[in-house]
Amino acid sequence: MSAAPKSPGPMNPSPVNPCPTNTRLHTLGPVDQIPLGEGRAFGVDGEQVAVFRLRDGTLRALSAVCPHRGGPIADGTIDRQVVICPLHQHAFDLETGCSRTGAEPLRAYSVREDAEQNIVLHNEMNDVEN
Amino acid sequence: MTSVLDRPQGRHPVAGPRRRLVVVGNGMAGARAVEEILARGGADQFTITMFGDEPYGNYNRIMLSHVLSGEDSDADIFLNSLSWYRENSITLHANVRVDRIDKFTKHVFSNDGRVTPYDTLIIATGSRSHMPPMDGLYTPGGSVKHGVFGFRTIDDTRKMIQHAQQDHHRRAVVIGGGLLGLEAAYGLKSHGIEVEVVHSGGHLMNAQMGPDGGAILRRSVEALGIRVHTSSRTTAVLGKDRVSGVSLRDREDIACDMVVVAAGIRPNVDLAVLSGLPVERAIVVDDRLRVQDEDDIYAVGECIQHRGEVYGLVAPLWEQAVVLANHVTGADPSSAYLGSRTATKLKVAGVEVASMGLHGPELDTDEHIVFSEPSRGVFKSIVVRDNKIVGATLLGDSRKVAYLTQAYDRGLPLPEERISLMFDVGGPGGDVGVAELDDGAQVCNCNGVSKKALVDTVKGGCTTVSGAMDATRAGKGCGSCKLLVRQVVEWAADGAVEEDPAASYYVPGIPLDKPSLMDAIRKQDLRSVSEVFTALAPGSAEDAKSKMGLASLLKMMLADHYIDERDARFINDRVHANIQRDGTFSVVPQMKGGVTSVQQLRRIADVAEKHNVPLIKLTGGQRIDLLGIPKEDLPQVWADLDMPSGYAYGKSFRTVKTCVGKDFCRYGTGDSTKLGIEIESRFQGIESPAKLKLAVSGCPRNCAESLVKDVGVVAVEGGRWELYVGGAAGAHIRKGDLLATVDDPEEVKVLAGRFMQYYREQANWLERTYSFVPRVGIEHLRAVIVDDAEGIAAALDAAMQESVDSYVDPWGERDDPLTPGQFRTSLPLTVLPQVPVR
Ligand SMILES: Cc1cc2nc3c(=O)[nH]c(=O)nc-3n(C[C@H](O)[C@H](O)[C@H](O)COP(=O)(O)OP(=O)(O)OC[C@H]3O[C@@H](n4cnc5c(N)ncnc54)[C@H](O)[C@@H]3O)c2cc1C
Ligand code: HEM
Ligand code: SF4
Ligand code: FES
Repeated sequence: MSAAPKSPGPMNPSPVNPCPTNTRLHTLGPVDQIPLGEGRAFGVDGEQVAVFRLRDGTLRALSAVCPHRGGPIADGTIDRQVVICPLHQHAFDLETGCSRTGAEPLRAYSVREDAEQNIVLHNEMNDVEN
Repeated sequence: MTSVLDRPQGRHPVAGPRRRLVVVGNGMAGARAVEEILARGGADQFTITMFGDEPYGNYNRIMLSHVLSGEDSDADIFLNSLSWYRENSITLHANVRVDRIDKFTKHVFSNDGRVTPYDTLIIATGSRSHMPPMDGLYTPGGSVKHGVFGFRTIDDTRKMIQHAQQDHHRRAVVIGGGLLGLEAAYGLKSHGIEVEVVHSGGHLMNAQMGPDGGAILRRSVEALGIRVHTSSRTTAVLGKDRVSGVSLRDREDIACDMVVVAAGIRPNVDLAVLSGLPVERAIVVDDRLRVQDEDDIYAVGECIQHRGEVYGLVAPLWEQAVVLANHVTGADPSSAYLGSRTATKLKVAGVEVASMGLHGPELDTDEHIVFSEPSRGVFKSIVVRDNKIVGATLLGDSRKVAYLTQAYDRGLPLPEERISLMFDVGGPGGDVGVAELDDGAQVCNCNGVSKKALVDTVKGGCTTVSGAMDATRAGKGCGSCKLLVRQVVEWAADGAVEEDPAASYYVPGIPLDKPSLMDAIRKQDLRSVSEVFTALAPGSAEDAKSKMGLASLLKMMLADHYIDERDARFINDRVHANIQRDGTFSVVPQMKGGVTSVQQLRRIADVAEKHNVPLIKLTGGQRIDLLGIPKEDLPQVWADLDMPSGYAYGKSFRTVKTCVGKDFCRYGTGDSTKLGIEIESRFQGIESPAKLKLAVSGCPRNCAESLVKDVGVVAVEGGRWELYVGGAAGAHIRKGDLLATVDDPEEVKVLAGRFMQYYREQANWLERTYSFVPRVGIEHLRAVIVDDAEGIAAALDAAMQESVDSYVDPWGERDDPLTPGQFRTSLPLTVLPQVPVR
């Protein structure tokens, strides 16, 4: 199920040839694979990303492994602002990944829905190795 | 000291050499003195080492009374956790005793063989229980006889609780009818023990009040079911290896299984005596808290004698700690301790006692104002001299206590009409008292919080009562000052006090308590969690922390009419399994009453084998747990099991533990297994504010531990059944209260169901029955549930029936996932399993 890097979105020439900002776009498939108010995990560029679909329909994406003890963030409970890790209830801002409860932050990704109702994730590559 | 070859090792190199501060005694006074020293920049001046005889960080000794009575857990009373010592770079030698001080070479010698040098020494060794001379207190080996307890430390308290909870222990004698003795008696009573207090004085609490008050106090204590013997001295503890009773002078022996000695305390001065320090009744100190004639040794707390006084309460030591810290750090060399005026309160729920100063008039010119109403247990006595209060005793009515304590403490001028000291007669009420208090007045004696500290906190932007309490710790001791704390905060906030948000709300995100929330849901016909947020949350904002509680409440209220939004559930309830530390799940199939069959066992074995289940474990709830199942395998595991869910994951009815019962057991008087299975079949899976664990035992030997269950049933002689509620034996231990004794197992089911429904409707979110039952009171529960005093029994039964009827086995969702990807893994790259395979 987890989507490998797929066909590029319309804005992006090619996924293997990163655009100047070093951002790769990934289409992770249709949004309706995520029920409203829940999250699902995806493997992207060898990273685990939790994508959430808020009850207002918008999307958020954070790294999927809790910095506390490795809890599955995609299984967390969310509202419009935060996700709460299911293991020990640390809370993380869905927008920034910063913890509201004193844990290390999660990485935040920008994510949106395209015209075909697919999830599009931007992965900014900050390492130069690729 | 430091040679050039030494390399700087610490990460925080210090400018000058720091002096070595050593503290002997890690109790309330020692730790408080260190806190005050740190608050005056002591960390830069000193490297601090503390020795404590007890194997813990500092805890609030006062609260041991509440721990004994089960109102608090022993985990909640710590004032300084071990990490506090670490964070403040304090070396703590816990469980280590200091045996000797060499004041000439400035070293302390401890019983772990360590020799520690000091520049400044603080002695804070406190006191210990006094064991008055009587026969049979000790075994020939010299240790205290099994079943005899002091009441001073956490360990004393834990041992008492353990002893009291052993089933065959039913009777206790408390020696001493002062504050400590009465608190011990009340604490033991709440473990279902019969308690008698033996007091050598002519009336109870004779150190704090006169005979008139004592007589009324006695009635109130006896009303709690505690027997009182005054003017009786215990002469011997009976029993060979363990306690079997006590002998009294001039009276008959009393049989008992345990004896608690609360006959006063004695300062711990052996160390000081041995080390050549001046000791009279306690260690003699001057107004700077310095041990007499010693330049570098200070002492603080119950182990000191100051101007001839030895104190046995905490309030004086807060004042002492401040003066001591001012001198040790040099912050204020003019600071002096001039003694304390003490007031005491009894921490026994339902018996309000406060006392301060004189018991009665002593000079001809003293005014004495007395009010006595024995039938209500109310007694008030106030002694006034030169228009100031010099003594007061208040029983059974605490409304004026805060004001009187302050008036006594501060010597406030009094109103002309003395009666307004005792009653609110339109005269100066509590508020005027608060405004009049001066800044330094202590509001919380337990934690030494002044009015000024509270006012500053409020001015600093903390305008809720609970916020100010958290920030200052005011009201977190014995709790008796909470009213005054509230008044001070309200006064300081000038009416702008914010109501404590979370305090009364059912869930944090909706500003309503449970009855109002349920009412609003009904009136507005709200059916789902998102509808509740839209209609009732401020700004219609969703709140993740509130979702699970709302989902549970709605399901309870609406049964079939509930619109179930899966995102409102916790992950366990979304996938009907319990999440484990590695993100896998545990699967516990239903095994009603802990009874299984060849077919079930074979099927479970096959499933475990097929799915390579890493750990198969018998649970404490008498069923079989398959651990380490990846989420995506759950549906297949359930399909292969083809057994219903055991609900080992939800805030819901969990399981009924049963004993073998009368068909096989030679003691059994009732068919506990059959009844347990019937109860589990009826109430399986119903959701509740917190989990419900049940048990049925076939006789009072209680092999299924029914007395420590949320609902526990015990068969007794004559085909009757006892029903206990509100028990627990997890992080918190409580013996359930007897709700009813009935003849018919059907009646058991009705009453159990009615109790659970009442709990579902009335309890706060996550409030276990062990808190709920004492909060509303067993008499009230009995009235509502057994006697139908409120006329709601039929409605409760009907509501429960509706929940029972709407039960669907959640594991049915295996064939037809309710949401897309319901069982999709959330940790695609983790190597599983991580649970150790045995
Ligand atoms: C059940 C109970 C209820 C109470 N209720 C109230 C109340 O409601 N109001 C009130 O004002 N007061 C109350 N008190 C009294 C209050 O707890 C004491 O006044 C207070 O704890 C005294 O503090 P301290 O530091 O002097 O002594 P402690 O708190 O006893 O601390 C002394 C510490 O020093 C350790 N120690 C002793 N000798 C050595 C040594 N040689 N080497 C190393 N360590 C040593 C001891 O183990 C102990 O931990 C109550 C006490 C009890 C037991
Ligand atoms: C996160 C940690 C924990 C998890 C996941 C957990 C899980 C469980 C589960 C699933 C059961 C029910 C088994 C059944 O219904 O058959 C259970 C029972 C039990 N648990 Fe825990 N538990 C945890 C922590 C604790 C702690 C800390 C204590 C004690 C302080 C405790 C004490 C018990 C007891 C006594 C039972 C048996 C109850 C009975 O006999 O009915 N558990 N636990
Ligand atoms: S509780 Fe009584 S009936 Fe049940 S197994 Fe134990 S001894 Fe037997
Ligand atoms: S693993 Fe996320 S809170 Fe502990």
